[in-house]
Amino acid sequence: MPKLDSRNKISKGFDVRLICYYLALVAIGWITIYSTCYIPDGSTPIFDFGQPYSRQMLWIGAAIVLAVVILLIDTGIIQHYAYFFYLFCLLLMILVIFVGAEINGAKSWIRIGAFSIQPTEFMKVATALALAKFMHEGKTDTQRRNVWLVQIGLIAVPVIVALLQHDAGSALVFFSFIILFYREGLSAEFLVFGIIAAALAIITLKWNETYSIALITAAFIGFMIYNRTQKKKIRRNIIVYVASIVFVFSVNFMYEHGLEPHQKGRIDTILGKTSDPLGADFNLNQSKIAIGSGGMFGKGYLKGTQTKLKFVPEQSTDFIFCAIGEEWGFFGTLVVFGLYGALIFRILKLSEKQRNPFVRYYGYGIAGIFIVHFFINIGMTIGLLPIIGIPLPFISYGGSSLWAFTMMLFCFIKLNDN
Amino acid sequence: MENSKRYYIILAALGILLLGYTIRLFHLQVLDKSYRRKANENAIREKTIHPARGFIYDRNDSLLVYNDAAYDLMVVPNELRNFDTLELCRVLDLNIEEVRKKIEKATKYSKTVPSLFKQQISKEDYGYLQEKMSEFPGFFVQSRTLRSYPQPIAAHILGYVSEVDEQDVENDPYYKMGDYIGKSGIEKAYEPVLRGVKGKQKVLVDVHNREVGPYNNGEEDIVAVPGISIWSTLDMQLQRYGEELMSGKRGAIVAIEPKTGEILCLVSSPNYDPNLLVGTARPKNYGKLVMDPEKPLFNRALQAAYPPGSTFKLANGLIALQEHIITPSSVYSCSGGGYHIGSHVVHCHNCGGLNIYSAIQRSCNTFFCRAYYNILSNRTKYKNIDEAYTAWLDLMSSMGFLQVFDTDLPYELKGRIPTAEYFDKKYNNSWNGNTVVSMGIGQGEAAVTPLQMANMLAVIANKGYYIRPHVVRAIGHKDSLNTQFSNKIYSKIEPRHFETVLQGMKMVVTGGTGRGAQIPGIEVAGKTGTAQNPHGRDHSVFALIAPANDPQIVIFCLVENGGFGATVACPIASLMAEFYLNRKVERTDLEHRMKELNVR
Repeated sequence: MPKLDSRNKISKGFDVRLICYYLALVAIGWITIYSTCYIPDGSTPIFDFGQPYSRQMLWIGAAIVLAVVILLIDTGIIQHYAYFFYLFCLLLMILVIFVGAEINGAKSWIRIGAFSIQPTEFMKVATALALAKFMHEGKTDTQRRNVWLVQIGLIAVPVIVALLQHDAGSALVFFSFIILFYREGLSAEFLVFGIIAAALAIITLKWNETYSIALITAAFIGFMIYNRTQKKKIRRNIIVYVASIVFVFSVNFMYEHGLEPHQKGRIDTILGKTSDPLGADFNLNQSKIAIGSGGMFGKGYLKGTQTKLKFVPEQSTDFIFCAIGEEWGFFGTLVVFGLYGALIFRILKLSEKQRNPFVRYYGYGIAGIFIVHFFINIGMTIGLLPIIGIPLPFISYGGSSLWAFTMMLFCFIKLNDN
Repeated sequence: MENSKRYYIILAALGILLLGYTIRLFHLQVLDKSYRRKANENAIREKTIHPARGFIYDRNDSLLVYNDAAYDLMVVPNELRNFDTLELCRVLDLNIEEVRKKIEKATKYSKTVPSLFKQQISKEDYGYLQEKMSEFPGFFVQSRTLRSYPQPIAAHILGYVSEVDEQDVENDPYYKMGDYIGKSGIEKAYEPVLRGVKGKQKVLVDVHNREVGPYNNGEEDIVAVPGISIWSTLDMQLQRYGEELMSGKRGAIVAIEPKTGEILCLVSSPNYDPNLLVGTARPKNYGKLVMDPEKPLFNRALQAAYPPGSTFKLANGLIALQEHIITPSSVYSCSGGGYHIGSHVVHCHNCGGLNIYSAIQRSCNTFFCRAYYNILSNRTKYKNIDEAYTAWLDLMSSMGFLQVFDTDLPYELKGRIPTAEYFDKKYNNSWNGNTVVSMGIGQGEAAVTPLQMANMLAVIANKGYYIRPHVVRAIGHKDSLNTQFSNKIYSKIEPRHFETVLQGMKMVVTGGTGRGAQIPGIEVAGKTGTAQNPHGRDHSVFALIAPANDPQIVIFCLVENGGFGATVACPIASLMAEFYLNRKVERTDLEHRMKELNVR
């Protein structure tokens, strides 16, 4: 009875904990989506396919089918078709630029009949697979420089396409692979460099470039005195100094000329440059009010006033955490945080234990994606980060993101098993 | 493997980030309570439900005051967002400066509590705004009721309702700015009954400023209790008739049902249409009425002190009888052109010798001057003029003078009859009965209100007592009588003396100065008066009791500058009595003449 054997193997080898976390998050998502659509007078039937919660039920059903299919196919197929999948998604993304539908200012959706899909969501898993495959197979390449170039290219191409779609949020997500690179030996200096660059950007935007230049100059003088005997280092310092100043001015230039007014507004709000609770930062303010008014145990399921009365925008998609925070309070926060924390830690732990580097690369890649999605999404709802429209994985409404994240997770579960 | 150290660094970084977020959320959700308040301000609108004010009916169940629907535009400054100011200005017929000022004022009052933005917007504007509410976040419409009067009568006694002022709010925390309160008349006296109890409703408001339903299933709502209706003692038809008769004249008519003290009509002329003091036109109209030289807001029946003229002789006659100065058969002689005090003469018509009956009948000045002098010169009973005068004042006040009745009437005046101390001071302790003798015939220093005179007539009609005059008969139900003023107050005059005075009053009508008061089929008692007026022509005064043997109504009528009592006040009072007792008037010629008469 070979069939029975393989089924036994399924239940034994796959990581049950990850599957449980997944199911729990998807269930929380559906329950919350239902709540955001709920109308108190009782006209909220469970099956009404004009309603997001009923449609989400379909997406969940399809996602589970997809998950089972992934668990049943051969591991080799996943690895084998990784590049093909990457190219396929990339082509779709490029196609979207020309034929896509515009939703919320981003041209990132393909409309097929009544449904819309967002290729960028699938591109994330495709990139993770392709990158893992390349890193795995490219290790034998002698010219290291080329290897890095290809790796960066694999990420940069979707980033550029996403930016062409005006989908800055998704573009940002691809930077999550820095976690993978760090794990695989990227010099910590790069991270320090990145953090310093970010700090300079914030200082420049919040106050003005004079402060940044003053800081850079102070550091430069310090280094010059410290390295005064080493000619080579002096030259390096001068180059870094000039580059930093160019960076500061380009940040300012990008902010002034590269961003849409609403994006500027969001950044201003986060930096505390403007306070206009009824204008630009209305959404953020309402989001904080909804979550903050939840208290310890929330207002009770289906009883959130801020979400019910539509004070919070996009509450079934990007701002879905508001509904959880309002109706379940800090208790709900802990549950969601607990599940996500457990999910991400589990992926990292399993990846670290993997003897197959391909799976480890892939695991770190997707862990990074989950980390970035989770912290950016929650961070924006509680006012720690500017409003960046990316979904909360498994919980936010939407077929594309649910399927893409399901694929992402179950490919890992499948790969991890071998 | 060197890189596995990085695994732990990643885990640690992740853990720190997660912890940081958790702390942030703990602060946001658990420690910082302000968000819960902000959420409520956002989504829950507390609306005040203004109950309908109680109606006011007359004694025969005819409606005097009812309510009309009105709509107020409210504003919550904190909820304001950018809106089309020009559009709002256009709809409400305001200019931008006014809108800015109104919002500023509302913000000053409270940022979160709704303030009145514009009161009583029209039904059309209400309909339009209701449709477009989502374009005006922070605004909402609240419905309330406005007073309305089917007949333009009895304005003085009904009073009016207007927005509370800061003093009202300070006096009673029940009231909030923008509420309405009875400011005068019945509306003021019965404010707690008529106003009902405000209710509270919490409604959910969505982000588009639409009300989507009750908050918490309305469990925290307080139902408004409607105001209680009131049945006035007024006879609406008599009141209207009195106002018609008094048109073109200045003065007052007070009619009382003597057995109950119920005021049947209370006319003060000139008057105004109570509908003028309702709604948005109120401030403008009020200003006009205040500036009007005719002083239509002034309630002459209660607030004007007039010399009562010869009608006062009735009271003095009663006191003379009570004090045994005269008996019904005592005779004084009137000759030589009147009552002489040195070179000064109180003129009379050489009536010859007459007793109190014919003295009343012919309104003899000499008789009553002499009687009054004798009252004040009664040294067997009183040591000096002060004591005698004070005793007289005491008897006067026992008939309702020199006091306010303090029932449900607005702003009564006490009238002015000086004290003995006043005269001591004025005449340096050297005065006697003759010094003040003109008060014996209702002139000189005495000044009383028409209401007090009507009450004195009720004392005569009741032969010794009165019930404090009031204007509300029943509260809540037509038969649920208002008994708070129903106790009898006895005068210090013995009942038998009233028979004497009443007899004299009958003779006034049958064959004396007040023959014009005769009503076919009804025996009328009356007394004319001609009150000298230092500012112009004499006031025409008439006192009437009918039917004389079983009084149903007493009427005091005063027409300023009307001349002799017999010419104007007497026919008006008589027509009033006829109308009240017969429900119709047969003397239509007289009625027409009186209505047309203009003595302003």
